[in-house]
Amino acid sequence: MALSELYPPYEVVRNPDRCIACRVCERQCANEVHRYDEDLKKMTADESKCVNCHRCVALCPTRALKIVKTDHCFRENENWPKETIEEIYRQAGSGGVLLSSMGNPKPYPIYWDRLLINASQVTNPSIDPLREPMETRVFLGKKPEEIHRDEAGKLLPNLPPQLELSTPILFSAMSYGSISYNAHKSLAQAARELGTCYNTGEGGLHQDFYPYGENTIVQVASGRFGVHKEYLSAGAAIEVKMGQGAKPGIGGHLPGAKIVGDVSRTRMIPEGSDAISPAPHHDIYSIEDLRQLVLSLKEVTHFEKPVIVKIAAVHNVAAIASGIARSGADIIAIDGFRGGTGAAPTRIRDNVGIPIELALAAVDQRLRDEGIRGNVSLIAGGSIRSSADVMKAILLGADAVYIATAALMALGCHLCRSCHSGKCSWGIATQRPELTQRLDPEIGAQRLVNLVTAWTHELKEMMGGMGINSIEALRGNRLMLRGVGLNEKELQILGVAHAGE
Amino acid sequence: MNKRKNASLLGKRYLGCGNEKGTIEVHETPGNALGAYLDGGRIRVFCNAQDATGDTMNAGEILIHGSVGDAAGYAMRGGAIYVQGDTGYRCGIHMKEYQDKKPVIVVGGCCGSFLGEYQAGGVILVLGIGAEDRPPVGNFCAAGMHGGIIYLRTEHLPADLPGQITAKRAGREELTKIAPLVRRFCREFGEEEEALLSSCYYALTPNTRNPYRQLYVNN
Repeated sequence: MALSELYPPYEVVRNPDRCIACRVCERQCANEVHRYDEDLKKMTADESKCVNCHRCVALCPTRALKIVKTDHCFRENENWPKETIEEIYRQAGSGGVLLSSMGNPKPYPIYWDRLLINASQVTNPSIDPLREPMETRVFLGKKPEEIHRDEAGKLLPNLPPQLELSTPILFSAMSYGSISYNAHKSLAQAARELGTCYNTGEGGLHQDFYPYGENTIVQVASGRFGVHKEYLSAGAAIEVKMGQGAKPGIGGHLPGAKIVGDVSRTRMIPEGSDAISPAPHHDIYSIEDLRQLVLSLKEVTHFEKPVIVKIAAVHNVAAIASGIARSGADIIAIDGFRGGTGAAPTRIRDNVGIPIELALAAVDQRLRDEGIRGNVSLIAGGSIRSSADVMKAILLGADAVYIATAALMALGCHLCRSCHSGKCSWGIATQRPELTQRLDPEIGAQRLVNLVTAWTHELKEMMGGMGINSIEALRGNRLMLRGVGLNEKELQILGVAHAGE
Repeated sequence: MNKRKNASLLGKRYLGCGNEKGTIEVHETPGNALGAYLDGGRIRVFCNAQDATGDTMNAGEILIHGSVGDAAGYAMRGGAIYVQGDTGYRCGIHMKEYQDKKPVIVVGGCCGSFLGEYQAGGVILVLGIGAEDRPPVGNFCAAGMHGGIIYLRTEHLPADLPGQITAKRAGREELTKIAPLVRRFCREFGEEEEALLSSCYYALTPNTRNPYRQLYVNN
């Protein structure tokens, strides 16, 4: 057992009456918590290694296991909670920057939970989505300001390239490398079946997934890993990653240990070499420079693909988005500070950026005020947890939303926030073959399809309740939202009235 | 695309963007992002070029009979850029190699600051012609470099090389790798091959492929 000043945060509770010492838990735990003691003829556990991923619990055939939070405690201190004290120990022991995974877990306000959706009563009757057609299809891209006709009066097709989605939900960027081949395959298959898109992240596109091109967004980030002409031409849209909600202002860093086999081939860098994405694109110092990259991407793909620019939600996000809307980009993706990540410095993840709800409302309003809302579509991401969050995002001005954490949960993620260890027992955030094989892409895809289909149905129910039969007609319709327990300033930024008004 | 001459390209951006074959000759200063995503063929420029030349280039050859602006060969993965004169800042930044893809940048004159920043692979050769009395590069050369090699034809190493870089005087083995690049340079730009090859070269290489390994602690 490792000697440490850190007491294990979880306890492995094993019911001795139920345990049959079948050793499933031992085989399933990637963190090597469980062990069979030959002398005692029973299972033992080193809970100091436990990350609370529930793999052993889920697979225990006799339900003999549960993981509980330890009640071991420090002397109570509101100013120095347990986590803070332990972080000091970790840093004093190592000199390292604290590294965490997944989204910001801190108790900041969740505005989704302070917004309520309207419904029709008596007048403007509601619609039954089971009987009447409800349009959830959306088209993302720049909308022309004028229509032109030829001499015979026929419309001249001047529509810039659009990303057509059957539902306003896309899978957001997760690179091959941060997640496994089978996780990517699940996302690709599900995106195709659902008529939406998944996103390669900055890890290149595995050769096997080129056939899913119509349902793929290919990402270009500062490291340009795996970026070449064929890759850019393969997808339905190209995303320029300027920022990520979980770690605004800093780059990415996939350690060399994860650059193995196919990951190395797909990123097109040698095995064992660190994959470093610098914090900025070193050729972008202004909106004009961004425009140059956007247009060069369009040039090389013959102006056939919409270009998305993804930014983290930060303080002056509205002004930034206003610039991007003039950069030639077709779509702006805004990622809020609760967005997930495979690894980010804890302090950045937990303290940098702003909530997506406020950022989205501010951007939509700014673009409308400037008369350029039609220049771009907006995708909102950064902790969309349910169809209600999707609906509220659309009502605040989003054309569509990105989901990733929720998608990973559909694949089995139990949010243990240990992705950066590379030992995901569920076979998602790992490249170890014995772990990745645990995720069956057929089952994974089906579970993703189930989730998004269920959410889409719930969206239709909510739309029907409001008496509105298309997503396009709901976008930015803030009259359909009311705030509860929000102050004047928050209501003003969100552009909604208080409940009862 | 066939070999063509075009006299009305002054300042035009994205020339040869994504080209896969053929030769383009440019006789008036082209705009930014010349040969971006270049995938083959050749671009020959008979004057100076501007910023982002050969951005994310994958294959082919860009030959510049003049100087070039900032960020030439950004994230370049294959092919070659030969510059007769000088380059601006951040030349060869984030250059990388993979298997048979080994990008090359050869600069006749000097480079601005941040040459080979984050370099992960490939070869940068700076000849420093006319700057024999000083380092042929600006500040922060090889900052964050974790792969590939930079050759400098000089007797004056930059004073601020980062800790993870090893600078070694090029021996016979390195010179056999430098020779074909110098030969190609001289054939294009008419310099004296013998004189250039008989000079002193330094080879800069990173001593780790994982420069940030010790930085983090799991939380």
